[in-house]
Order: sequence, then structure tokens, then C-alpha cells
Amino acid sequence: MDSLKSLPRAHPAADAAASEPAGLDFTRSRRDSLRRKLVERSVHAVLFLCALISVLTTTGIVITLLGETILFFGEVPIVDFLTGTRWTPLFASKSFGVLPLVNGTIVVALVAIVVAVPIGLLTAIFLSEFAPARLRSVVKPVLEVLAGIPTVVYGYFALQFVTPILRDIFPQTQIFNVASAGIVMGFMILPMMASISEDALRAVPRDLREGAFALGATRFEVVSRVVVPGALSGILAAVILSISRAIGETMIVAIAAGLQPQMGFDLLRSMETMTAYIVQVSLGDTPQGGIEFRTIFAVGTLLFVMTLVMNLLSDLLVRRYREAYE
Amino acid sequence: MINLRIDAQTTDAVATPSQNGQTDAILMTRSLNFWYGSAYVLEDVNCDVRPREVTAIIGPSGCGKSTFLRCFNRMNELIPTARLEGSVVFRNRDIYDRSVDPVEVRRQVGMVFQKPNPFPKSIYDNVAYGPRVNGYKGDMDEVVETSLKRAALWDEVKDDLKKSGLALSGGQQQRLCIARALAVQPDVLLMDEPCSALDPIATTRIEDLIRELREQLTIIIVTHNMQQAARISDRTAFFTVAESGAGVLVEFNDTQKLFTTPTDPRTEAYITGRFG
Repeated sequence: MDSLKSLPRAHPAADAAASEPAGLDFTRSRRDSLRRKLVERSVHAVLFLCALISVLTTTGIVITLLGETILFFGEVPIVDFLTGTRWTPLFASKSFGVLPLVNGTIVVALVAIVVAVPIGLLTAIFLSEFAPARLRSVVKPVLEVLAGIPTVVYGYFALQFVTPILRDIFPQTQIFNVASAGIVMGFMILPMMASISEDALRAVPRDLREGAFALGATRFEVVSRVVVPGALSGILAAVILSISRAIGETMIVAIAAGLQPQMGFDLLRSMETMTAYIVQVSLGDTPQGGIEFRTIFAVGTLLFVMTLVMNLLSDLLVRRYREAYE
Repeated sequence: MINLRIDAQTTDAVATPSQNGQTDAILMTRSLNFWYGSAYVLEDVNCDVRPREVTAIIGPSGCGKSTFLRCFNRMNELIPTARLEGSVVFRNRDIYDRSVDPVEVRRQVGMVFQKPNPFPKSIYDNVAYGPRVNGYKGDMDEVVETSLKRAALWDEVKDDLKKSGLALSGGQQQRLCIARALAVQPDVLLMDEPCSALDPIATTRIEDLIRELREQLTIIIVTHNMQQAARISDRTAFFTVAESGAGVLVEFNDTQKLFTTPTDPRTEAYITGRFG
């Protein structure tokens, strides 16, 4: 009580204020208020321009993609493109069936997901539910380092390290193969999968965990029957984002998966993905403006649509998940 | 001012000593001290809780009421920095003994929280959760029905047990949480301000329910509301903050006596509204 009474006196400003007449003087000079308005407006304008840049970039990319793609489909029927199983636009006998590239993309992405989802999810569960704070403070930064490694390094890691191991185990493995690229891509995606899932798990209210513990559930039962189901849509969103990342990944597959567009599911053989094909054409001596060159825009558009659908799907799930406890 | 429930039976029970002359407490704390990290939360609490009674815990904010309650089912240890000294004896066994599994303790000492916290599952699955994790193999439908009936919720939800527990009103959610706790058949039910998030009508229903449940199990309830403590409890414990900064048990007596003739001036100051 005593300390409360002495408080105002301890503050010199309070004493000064007390000696002045009541109320503050809010009148400002006209120039001053003009200046303030100007600052407000320019801040607003600068922020708006920055936001505009990303919108304009996206629009520009879409227009370029679509323009070239429309020209491409002027020469190649869209049905042939989407259903053909032979992709030989750079050969003398041209064929524009994109399915082998889609096949390659999906197979590599599947391998990556098979690696990244279980390990990522279990890592997330460990970090959010089991790890003591000190261990967590070590593991999280390590995961972030993994996320920061340039993908070209992953590509050579796949080619120089993982492929030789695979060839020791399965001698028929080709130098460029899907398995090696997919596995390493899985490790590349792992940090993202783990980090988004962990956010989802941590977002499950503590109340719910306590409620389950109070019923005599073990830590594992709390995690498996309350926390993971509660975070399920967030985890699904993480899976979908991982898939879309895997579909869009370029360097690893360009380096380690090879450039042979073919159908099938033999993981030990070489396959070409959509992204790897775009790299191949961009880096090669294909003349601009020809039908060969336009193929990359058609493939790019398809890739764009695929990842867009994935991201929209994940958005939808995340929104549903946010409402889960309301 | 305070509306007291005079219960002749209670006073009888108090007057009757148990057969061996000792208190027949179901839960006892002895020299209980508690810390969160370096913060001293509970200082030397000795308290006996009798079976089939409602024991209310009252006191100002920050006096460690909830922490004290959570000592009875080892919920505090979910917080990494928590540290406890002394003993908490449940049915003649120290539940903090190394040989005791906290999961086993929590099955027998159930808990209802301040904010209703049904799982984002159906009403049925909410109630069935406890029996399921505890390996119950019998007729689950029956357990769900009995538990919901005991929690006075059955009539309101019997037609849509598949509906999400979160679709219920706040008061119904809290009764669902009580049903969920009852489904594992605990001997003791801990309630941490179970009505603080509810409107007066829902509160009345929970209080009626507590009076009914008192026939079957031991209830310890933390409450901010002294009238509530007076209405529903047999005995009341008053905690306050000592000079050490930790919570201490000031007075523990029959509710009627504590509210009419408190022996400690701090209790009197609190219940007459001069403090806290």
C-alpha cells in the first residue's frame, strides 16, 4: 500500500504534468498536419507498390506461359498432348505425348513422399510431444540447415553418393535413376514436412492433451488418438505442399534422374520429369520460336496447373483445420 | 449474506470417528511443497480429504488452488519445471512413489477442467475415449449411456450421439466432460473451477449434478465463487498467499463452520470480502 502511494512522486513527469493546467494542447500548425498527411500517403503508396510487384510478376508469368502455350496448341492438338505416350519433340519423327514426363514426375514425387512423409511426421511428433526442450533446440536448427542446402548439392549427393550405394545393392541400377533422385528429394522436402506438421501438432490446444491425460491415457495414446487426429488437416496440408514441392523440384532430377522420357514404374531406370525436360531444352541449342521450343511452355503450363491445384487443395484443408476447435 | 446449506448428515459424519480412531481420509497431503522452476507455489500443505464428500478449495487468485488440485492426479508433472516435495497419499499409498504409474493414478482420480475441453470427436467417442485407452472390453454402448445419464446429459443427446461434442452448448460440453471423466469410474473427481466459463443456468445444473455425484464419489472442487463453495461443499479449505509468495492452507473445516465462525482472521477477511 505504501509503495503505491509513493509511486507518482517517484515519477518526475507526473509532477510536471500535475503543475500544468488540465488537458493537452492538440492544435497543430497547418504545415505540420500537411506533412503528416503526406508521410501517411507515401507510406501507403510504397507499400501498395511492393504488393503490386508480386501480383504483376505472377500475371506476367501467366501471360507469357499462356501465350506460348496457345501457339503450341495451334500446332499440336491438346488431346494428343495430354494422352500421347511418346515424347520425342527433339527427334526427327516428332511426337508430343506428355504422359511420359508426367509419369516420371509423379513417380519421382511418390518416392520422395514415401521418404519424406513418414520421417517428417514422426520427427514432428517427436519434436512437439516427446523431445525435451534442450534436444529440441538442437534438432530444429539442424533441420533448418537441411532446408537451406542448395538443391544442386542434393543433386550431386544423389548422383555421387546414393546412386553408387543403390548400384551395389541392385547391380542393374542405371547411372541415372528415379530411386536415387526420389530418395534424396525426400530428404530435401523432409524439413518442410516436419516443420509444417509440427506447427499443426502444436496448434492442438493444451486443454485437449490435458483432458486425455486426465483420463489415464499414456503419452502415446494422447498423441495417437487426440493430438494427431486433431492436427490431421494441418498434416494433410503439409503432405500436399510436400507433393507440390516434389513435383516442382528441378535440379535433383535434372542431375540424377536422367533425360529419358519413358512410361513405367521401374525405379532403377532413368526417367525424365517435366522440370528436367524444361531444363534440357532451355540449356540446349533448340532455336527459339520453333515448335520444339514452345513445348517447354506447354509443359510449364501443365506443371503450373498441377502445383496450383495442389496448393489450392492445401489452402482448403488448412482453412478447415483452423475451424476445428471453434 | 452467504447462503448456507445446512446438512444434518454431514455434521453427524464429522462427529463419528472411524473404527480405528484415525481419520478415514481417502486423500492426504503431508508437508506438500511445490515449485514451478524457481517460483515457490505451495508451502507445507497438510490436508485430509474424506471420501464421499465435496471438498471445496477457495482463496484469492495466485494462491495455488489449481496447482494443489493437480497434485492429486499428478497433472503438474506434465510441466517440465514442476517440482514437488512431501507426499500425497491416496488410499494409503503415496502416489508420488517411484513405483506408481501416473497413468494408473489418473484413472482413479478423474478431472474436469475450467474450460470445457471435449475432444473434436463425436459425443459417443468423447465418452468412450477413457474406457478405450484403459482397455475396457465390455459393452461400450452401455458405458456411454450410463456415464451420460450420471452426468445428466443423456436425455439431451441420446438421439444424436454421433454429433460432434463441440456442437453442444458450453454447459452441455462441461457435462460431457464430466461424463467422459465418469466413464473410467474414478473414485475421486477433481474439478477446477468447472463453472467459471458457464452462465448461471448451466452453473445450477452442474451444481445439482455435483450434489448427486457426491453420493457415489469423492469430489474436490476449486472455486472462485464462495457462494458456490457454501452451496455445494461439505468441507472447505481456504488458501492464501503467504509472505514467502507461496500458497498456504490457512483453514480447513466444515463449510458451515468456516463460513460462519472462521478461526483465522485471514479467512474472515476473505469471506467477508475485505480482501481478495
